[in-house]
Amino acid sequence: MRRHDAIVIGAGHNGIANAAFLAKAGLDVLLVEKNDYIGGAAVSRNLHGDWIYSNCSYVCSLLRPEIHRALDLAKYGLQVVPYGGSVTLAENGDYFGSYPDEDASRREIMRHSPRDADAAHRYERDIMRQCRFIRQFLLRTAPDPASFKPRDLLELLHIGRKLWDLGEDTIADTIRFYTMSIADWLDEYFESPLLKAAYAGSGIIGSALGVMSPGTAYVLLHHAMGDVDGTAGAWGFARGGMGAITAAMQRCFEAHGGKTLAGNGVARIEVRGGAVTGVTLENGDEHRAGIVVSNMTLPRTFLECMDPKDLRPEFLEKCRNFKIRGSSGKLNIALEGLPDFTALRGNQELMRADLHISDSIERLERAYDDWKDGTWSRDPYVDLLIPTLTDPTMAPPGKHFMSVFVQYVPPKVRGKDWTDADRDGFRDTVLDRIEAHAPGFKKMIAHVEVRTPRELEAEVGLTEGNIFQGELTMDQLLFNRPIPGYAQYRGPVKGLWMCGSSNHPGGGVMAAPGANAAREILMHLKKPNTVPEGWRDD
Amino acid sequence: MTEHAPRSAIVIGAGHNGLACAAYLAKAGLSVTVLEASDRVGGAAVTREFTPGYRVSAGAHLLHALDEGVRRDLALERYGLRMAAEDLYTIALDPGGQWLSIADGALGGPGALDADRVSMAKHHRQMSRFARILDGIGDRRPPRLGTQNWRDLLALGRLGLDIRRLGTEDMREFLRIAGINIFDVLEERFESALLKAALAIDGTLGAMLGPRSNNSVFIALHRCNQGRDWALPSGGMGTVSVALDGAARAAGARIRTKTRVAAIRMDFDRACGVTLEDGETLDADVIVSNADPKTTFERLLGARHLEAGFANRIHHLRTRGCVAKLHLALDGPPRFTGLDADQRGQRLLIAPDPETVEHAFNHAKYGEHSERPVMEISVPSVFDDTLAPPGHHVLSANVQWAPYDLKGGWSEAAKQGFTERCLDSLEACAPGLREQVLANELLTPVDLENEFGMSGGHWHHVELALDSFFMLRPVPGAARYSTPVPGLYLCGAGSHPGGGVSGRPGRNAARAVLADRGRQ
Repeated sequence: MRRHDAIVIGAGHNGIANAAFLAKAGLDVLLVEKNDYIGGAAVSRNLHGDWIYSNCSYVCSLLRPEIHRALDLAKYGLQVVPYGGSVTLAENGDYFGSYPDEDASRREIMRHSPRDADAAHRYERDIMRQCRFIRQFLLRTAPDPASFKPRDLLELLHIGRKLWDLGEDTIADTIRFYTMSIADWLDEYFESPLLKAAYAGSGIIGSALGVMSPGTAYVLLHHAMGDVDGTAGAWGFARGGMGAITAAMQRCFEAHGGKTLAGNGVARIEVRGGAVTGVTLENGDEHRAGIVVSNMTLPRTFLECMDPKDLRPEFLEKCRNFKIRGSSGKLNIALEGLPDFTALRGNQELMRADLHISDSIERLERAYDDWKDGTWSRDPYVDLLIPTLTDPTMAPPGKHFMSVFVQYVPPKVRGKDWTDADRDGFRDTVLDRIEAHAPGFKKMIAHVEVRTPRELEAEVGLTEGNIFQGELTMDQLLFNRPIPGYAQYRGPVKGLWMCGSSNHPGGGVMAAPGANAAREILMHLKKPNTVPEGWRDD
Repeated sequence: MTEHAPRSAIVIGAGHNGLACAAYLAKAGLSVTVLEASDRVGGAAVTREFTPGYRVSAGAHLLHALDEGVRRDLALERYGLRMAAEDLYTIALDPGGQWLSIADGALGGPGALDADRVSMAKHHRQMSRFARILDGIGDRRPPRLGTQNWRDLLALGRLGLDIRRLGTEDMREFLRIAGINIFDVLEERFESALLKAALAIDGTLGAMLGPRSNNSVFIALHRCNQGRDWALPSGGMGTVSVALDGAARAAGARIRTKTRVAAIRMDFDRACGVTLEDGETLDADVIVSNADPKTTFERLLGARHLEAGFANRIHHLRTRGCVAKLHLALDGPPRFTGLDADQRGQRLLIAPDPETVEHAFNHAKYGEHSERPVMEISVPSVFDDTLAPPGHHVLSANVQWAPYDLKGGWSEAAKQGFTERCLDSLEACAPGLREQVLANELLTPVDLENEFGMSGGHWHHVELALDSFFMLRPVPGAARYSTPVPGLYLCGAGSHPGGGVSGRPGRNAARAVLADRGRQ
């Protein structure tokens, strides 16, 4: 048993980024991971034949470019390949496509509604304005509004001034944006139902809210504020699957002397005299460090891996009330060939895009009603991609991998745990939806991996299968995330830190929580900062 | 531009806010004329006969928001305002007789769980503390956003200070829950489904929201802010309006009923008067509109006088009303299972559990009316014998959800179908009620729009939510009662702090007119 400077629990992207920044500052860091492979929710798995699945997260956009640069991820082998556009399939056989080329996109909107083509300009501009506003706070630690420390007061003032500087109309729009539903927001711009459905989808991904629930407009932002190679709002694939991101981070971590122990989860975070002393692994091994950083979800860290005696009852109560309800599921499909979507025949460009099934606001909302009643949507929102059309390394020649993200899937089925029969029922619901738009699709399936919240929790450790490690609602954002008073990555016990997506600024393969936590730890240790801060986009 | 202070004002609409505004302006020495389209004053705060011999408050039916300052300043008691009953409390009905009562945070009745008593007292105290913040800003003229004006910054600073003064724990909790949904908060705090449903109703009444929709905590706080206690004015809500009318007249205001305004007239870039439906024109230095913002700007003024961005915001105001009003004439007291005579007169709720409330709301999203509606009931005749013949009673209920834009429209058949659904719910909690009904009336949001003139039949004129509150209500640029059109002011429920018979928007608007005097 050796003593380390810091132990990071969980080799997901935030954990590795955190460990890498600490190692870069010269700390002796041990990274522990319960699975035998690293990556958490950013993994490439080989589960069938020669296919590689991005079986959890599946696209790359939110990863902060500052972190990309600071950790030299390009040097360590990460390539992000942009893909283009999106398409929403309508039940009547039509579709709405959005192309990387602006003129093509405009022509396509004109086809549905000439009025909406103009509205789309205003819409893009307004959304981009919101993105630019929020991005500057992603790599900053949120202030504690209840504190009188100069640092918190200055940060609060900083946010206030940035907001005030936007001017009356934009401030009003910003407040409205954060508090409105995506359906109401879109109603102010568009008239075409198909367009509204196409834009609304990103307002619900990963969240336990319907398109008509106030607060969804922000979730949309969460899916629009990313960029690929400086192209704001763009999305890309990590070449070789999402695991390529964590693999590159891991190489950086190791290059700076970091050590990793995979295949053994943490059984307990040890505390003595009100301070963390290290961790005990499931196999009984003990590792000591004065600093323990948890990349696990909030409930997993405090309710499962700590002795309740080490925490105050009020704090535990708040952990139990943390909202982390799962709302999504996933199918990863190995295909013998390329499915033939009726609406997209002859449109190879859109086949490479993000395909959505659900063509109206009402259908999206009804899908949510099912979730509220504790069942998966009978008519789900499906977000599917065929990355092998862009990155052929993920499947044998001529064969394809399809990633299917599904909304909504409840953490429990009518109050009971998921059974295998439920899982198969969910799978069939989704496959039937796709088959309806791509006849013959089912016959091409070589293998399907089905992931309900049960599988996400068991394998990735995401409590209740929530992909953001906690819902992105007003009560759990910025200084409220994860718990008011604990939003600065510092845990309730001395030496304990939190670096997962349960913390500001939340989920997505962004690595910002990991980086922010590292900055706070280094500041606490009075070590030189290795973490970039803020945002410079022009 | 007038070079002098305004000397005359026209108030469009004699709703309670219009009357309050007129009274304050007249008291300040302005020559005030109130123009009301219908033949009586009061707008939605009105008592009328819905079937011979039976009178009911046709719009708002419980008084809980009337501003103490307005009541005192205008000496409403002198003009006839009296209460038939005060300090009413809430009873959540249960078909099995397991009802529970909520009075000032204390639970009572056979349905109250011991596990909830302490939490309820704590919850009530905390919500009251939070509500005081909203209550405090309800008196203020909202600041303008993004300016360098020290008054605006001070106003925001003051709000920040109010929140800071809650203390660390409360402040954190306030910032956590103020923007979210009441369902999740209630799940954290309570056991009893009936109690949660009753509190969920407070978070959704009058709004196009379900308990699970974010903003519902805000709605609950807004109600709590105004709800010192529930009261029944003697003679129904019309008494409040009659008293306001009396106060306004005594201060020198002229009130003309059956006088419909057709348009607001402009003199170059300034509102200078109105044109009536019969063609008559009236001039005034200041025009104050008690009509809702959509009616004011789109119908009376015309979008051509507005900047495009502003007009666009007005056009997109959410004004879908969602509450129907049910009136029943009964040949005897309704026999709610388990309630005694006095309890029948309290504020009664029918909502068995939060899921049922949420399901009732689901329909409204798709333009359908609820299959199992939830409702807030008042039987004012228990305390007020002027409303029905001796021994007989009137029942008044706010029923959710009945969306304005019902698919297929509010035909007679649709209204009858919905009335039946309401009677089913009532019958379950008061067996035999159906036989007692002598006459009924259902006012859908469409009827409310036709009768009271508010767009969409919406209680608050404009959906009350965080995105249209304080400096955003109804829209930035018109949130300070003054509008982008010089000389034109708003004083209705569409302005801060929103609906409810409070008189506050009217009073605040009058203050704004007077405060702007020197700066015109």
